[in-house]
Amino acid sequence: MNRIEKLFKGLKARNKKAFIPYIMAGDPSLEKTKEIVLMFEECGADIVELGVPFTDPLADGPTIQRAAERALKNGVTLKKAIAFVKDLRQKTKIPLVLMTYYNPIFKYGEGRFLADAKDAGVDGVIIPDLPPDEAGEFTKLAKNTAMAAIFLLAPTSTADRIKKVAGASRGFIYYVSITGITGAQLLLDGSIETSINDIRRITDKPVAVGFGVSTPDEAKAVAGISDGVIIGSAIVKKAQEGLNGEFRNFLLKLREAIK
Amino acid sequence: MKKGYFGQYGGRFVPETLMPALIELEEAYSRYRKDKDFQKELADLQKTYIGRPTALYLAKRFTEHLGGAKIYLKREDLAHTGAHKINNALGQALLAKRIGKKRVIAETGAGQHGVATATGAALIGLECDVYMGTQDMKRQALNVFRMRLLGARVIEVAIGSQTLKDAINESLRDWTTNVRTTHYILGTVFGPHPFPSMVRDFQSIIGKEAKRQILQAAGRLPDYLIACVGGGSNAMGLFHEFLGDDIKMIGVEAGGKGIDTGEHAARFAGGSVGVFQGCKTYLLQDDDGNVLGTHSVSAGLDYASIGPEHPYLRDNGRVQYTYATDDEALAAFELLSKKEGIIPALESAHALAEAVKLAPKLSKDKIIIINLSGRGDKDVQHVANIKGIEL
Repeated sequence: MNRIEKLFKGLKARNKKAFIPYIMAGDPSLEKTKEIVLMFEECGADIVELGVPFTDPLADGPTIQRAAERALKNGVTLKKAIAFVKDLRQKTKIPLVLMTYYNPIFKYGEGRFLADAKDAGVDGVIIPDLPPDEAGEFTKLAKNTAMAAIFLLAPTSTADRIKKVAGASRGFIYYVSITGITGAQLLLDGSIETSINDIRRITDKPVAVGFGVSTPDEAKAVAGISDGVIIGSAIVKKAQEGLNGEFRNFLLKLREAIK
Repeated sequence: MKKGYFGQYGGRFVPETLMPALIELEEAYSRYRKDKDFQKELADLQKTYIGRPTALYLAKRFTEHLGGAKIYLKREDLAHTGAHKINNALGQALLAKRIGKKRVIAETGAGQHGVATATGAALIGLECDVYMGTQDMKRQALNVFRMRLLGARVIEVAIGSQTLKDAINESLRDWTTNVRTTHYILGTVFGPHPFPSMVRDFQSIIGKEAKRQILQAAGRLPDYLIACVGGGSNAMGLFHEFLGDDIKMIGVEAGGKGIDTGEHAARFAGGSVGVFQGCKTYLLQDDDGNVLGTHSVSAGLDYASIGPEHPYLRDNGRVQYTYATDDEALAAFELLSKKEGIIPALESAHALAEAVKLAPKLSKDKIIIINLSGRGDKDVQHVANIKGIEL
């Protein structure tokens, strides 16, 4: 069993929800990213989602676009991000997923990427522009390397799509809580719950919710109806203001809200 | 061949949020392309509104000057709004209305597709937003104003390289957010399936007319077809009807300041296979899979990638691809203006530049058709700037 699957099994047994913070590798530097990931762990994160910068992040809003621009300026590439994880693994065993776009992986070579990432200690991969329809080979190779290929569902997904995505996804299913891009305004009007219930009727795989969750209150509401909460843009924004006590407090509040 | 693919190229590499909309669009398009009412409405507007068929013109003085093959120009510059872009924009705007969308969005580089979309939206009564990079808004200020006159909102894209590729990213982000009410009128044979084949179909009227016209004018098929290739819609539009015929076809990319300088948009000369903005195709990228900046004197060719059917046609040897530099295109721009009284778009000037090289090597009984994809009024200011002339 993959480290992520094990984690969700354990959480379920204790009736707990996963706190999944996101940070862009190399923003503002890989040294700082290391500090942040370790702080995530200290503050009780269950899984860390590590962004790998790409020049054309079409699923991301302005906050993460700018973070990617800064990381690229610092010379961070997929290769360097993998080496970074390898280094990080000397300090922490926390489950770790990479989020990047498909072209850097395609260019690296799917098989070689999966082998190198697994060897470095990566547990899962999220590729927002690779739907399962185009991921036949990738899904097969990921399964062989025990890497969790995490696919996404959205508010627009039909029952057919839910079946397809749920069937392909390993580790957990990433439910995109808004019709939009990362960091946009969340709307807590009951529609997320309806969608998650639709998903639950089709699969018993864990469902984590991301895109647009930015406050502890929102995190609490979303945790109540899902298996985990992913927080990206809000953390990236807060980290930019400084890795101080306030940043730590924000993480602790989020942790407390996600139960 | 796998659905939505041209050989190994094409596909649908987009966020899940858009997948249902693309499936719906594919179904709607395959229904309406056979729908008599839809086709009749489109055909009527092509005739009475766009002004089709556009002329196939024998450029006698240009031919004499080059001293070789006979050169015909397919005059897409005479289509309403001044370029071939309207063929696709109007087709998709009609489709958008049929599938119940109230709003359309578009990306634009040179501004021609933005103007065409704004025009189609005004005609049909749809709300219209156009995304355009800051750099391109400066280069094509006239078209920005035209779009606004037509009632569209032009939204500046100030991130990344501030050109066409960033305008496409922003359009895809907008579409992801507003997919329930909005149709994205993608301007070229690019992006996720069904756009590459749908846009090609809407543009294929260029080749259908040209074939009929050349048979009438010369009594036979041409020996060569030449078109410039940015995303590649005017080239696909001309070539598609002739793919089964025994004639040569040449696509001309933007060579910018030369391939060695790295400042160009020649995807075949300087790129490799990648996955970008929804499809697998050729791409200018670095070793880590990040997309490189591009340069061309013409905003419409200044793009890091190319429609997925083009590498397929290149791999199987059906179409040959080359490039023209900024200087060659500028020289052809002036040459056609002086010899024929036709100011071509800088994009189309790249195709003319290839003819300048090729025609003198061919005998006088050979025939070349060049797709004159757009008129050059929009470029006059830019060319004056390059020549150091203040207007």
